[in-house]
Amino acid sequence: MALLEVSNLGIAFGGLQAVAQLDLKIEKGHLYGLIGPNGAGKTTVFNMLTGVYKPTEGNIVLDGRDITGATPETISKAGIARTFQNIRLFNDMTVLDNVKVGLHNQVKYNMWTGILRLPAYREKEHEMDRRAMKLLKIFDLDKEANYKASQLPYGKQRKLEIARALATNPKLLLLDEPAAGMNPNETEELMQTVRSVRDQFGIAVLLIEHDMNFVMGICEEITVLDYGRVIAHGDGKTIRNNPKVIAAYLGGD
Amino acid sequence: MAMTKWNNIKKSTKSNLITFGIVIGFYLLVQILSAAGVMTNSFAGQLVPICAYVVMAISLNLVVGFLGELSLGHAGFMSVGAFSGTLVWVSLYDTVPHWLALILAFVVGGLVAGLFGFVVGVPVLRLSGDYLAIVTLAFGEIVKNFMNAVYLGVDSNGLHFSLKDSNSLGLEPDGKILINGAMGITGIKKASTFTIGFVLVLITLIVVLNLINSRSGRAISAIRDNEIAAKSVGINITRYKLIGFVTSAVFAGMAGVLYSLNFSSLVAKKFDYNTSINILVFVVLGGIGSIRGSVIAAAILTVLPEMLRGLNDYRMLIYAIVLIVMMIFTRNPKLVAWRKQFTDKVKAQFVKSKDKSKKSKGVA
Repeated sequence: MALLEVSNLGIAFGGLQAVAQLDLKIEKGHLYGLIGPNGAGKTTVFNMLTGVYKPTEGNIVLDGRDITGATPETISKAGIARTFQNIRLFNDMTVLDNVKVGLHNQVKYNMWTGILRLPAYREKEHEMDRRAMKLLKIFDLDKEANYKASQLPYGKQRKLEIARALATNPKLLLLDEPAAGMNPNETEELMQTVRSVRDQFGIAVLLIEHDMNFVMGICEEITVLDYGRVIAHGDGKTIRNNPKVIAAYLGGD
Repeated sequence: MAMTKWNNIKKSTKSNLITFGIVIGFYLLVQILSAAGVMTNSFAGQLVPICAYVVMAISLNLVVGFLGELSLGHAGFMSVGAFSGTLVWVSLYDTVPHWLALILAFVVGGLVAGLFGFVVGVPVLRLSGDYLAIVTLAFGEIVKNFMNAVYLGVDSNGLHFSLKDSNSLGLEPDGKILINGAMGITGIKKASTFTIGFVLVLITLIVVLNLINSRSGRAISAIRDNEIAAKSVGINITRYKLIGFVTSAVFAGMAGVLYSLNFSSLVAKKFDYNTSINILVFVVLGGIGSIRGSVIAAAILTVLPEMLRGLNDYRMLIYAIVLIVMMIFTRNPKLVAWRKQFTDKVKAQFVKSKDKSKKSKGVA
């Protein structure tokens, strides 16, 4: 049984069928790409998978558990984490605190422990600091731990978002255009990071990306969407030579 | 040695310690001044209100600065706290020890205000947007008008309640009117002292600062910064918004108790829209999200109008000018940069002189 099984997923906004009849099967530890022209419905798929939108039809099953239409909170606890196309960090908080917010459901103590500074407070905060710093180190952000998130340059903000997502200890990580706005060197570096994250954490990654070098270089399996429907599926080579995909990207009939 | 330890402490902890230092320093200064007998009566009379407004400002800053919501009816929570706490104080005054009655008054005042915070917050905090501002604005007005019209009395048959007048309470001859409509509660035995106010400010600071620097506080700040991202990492939005808002309401209620027990009578009119806005002015001028700023701004702006009383007609004019100057001083980017340069210079100077003293010690 695959880690994520999506069957016949669809959503309509009023009369507009944004996504229809989507099937996805992501195995544990796989790097999976979701591509398609602008407006194909890729981010909508992410929003359904993470509970931002409720699908109007179909099922989402994560690790044997049906999470269709669950709240973002439940889905995060079930093991899906994500980043956003337009970076969404906690800008007024420090880099370290951003990751510690990600650890919210991993290291827990209640409000009173915090207010009364009971012994558990120190211990748990310590554990949070340690785990957060470990994640920051992976993304080479440990030196900026006490900066405000908004002070980081663009590329590092993208990395911090991934670090925060990983802090929730996910089984599946969704990356929405992680390489957007990065130069070729940064993109190359990011590919290494994504691969090593997969290896270290043993998680599956589903990513949306327009940079074809990135997608072809990293993804083991790719699904192509156009107008909310799957038009192709397979590995990089198959996709590249699929006439439907070429038509969707370059136009034509 | 002590200095190196100081440098190792986290920045946020350091900033909190400075805040506590300022509050404790102010308390000691006032004690010395009053012992020396150089404090004017009008200033002494302002001490408890200062504490009450400092607590109000901290409480509102929790909502505005950390929850990222706007409350325009914070005086409403102060009012329900004041009335419920004062009722407890008045009715227990003759039966239990005063210290116990006082503590119960504060606890009940805080809890009742917190309960109202919960009732207002549950429906409103599920929505994002400016709804809280609108609903709290209405809440403040409703509380004021309701308390203005309420008559409450007690006699051997129990409690009597009316919205018409005191005669319709139908009290037995031995009965006592507790709340007399627009006249409010009268004949309160004064209980608030500067020391009680000081203790309440300290408790508020400890609870609010500890909350902010904890897991729950981070969740609250995360929601303020980006609600969608906060949801995506599994934070229960409504729960943490409520924690922040109810905590704030509890302290507003306690501030109300402190305030009302400083006077012999309590009227609802005191806690109107103007009071809410005044507290918001403290928060904005002190810096949204800066607890220390709220403390200082609330203290200065509470005393100022009283100090200017001698100037009669010009009083509000000068108050307004001070507001504008403070606003420019804390907000103008150039002035902020200049202030930062200045403090950096002072710090550099300080480090230099310390190095010198170290060297000279080494030589010796």
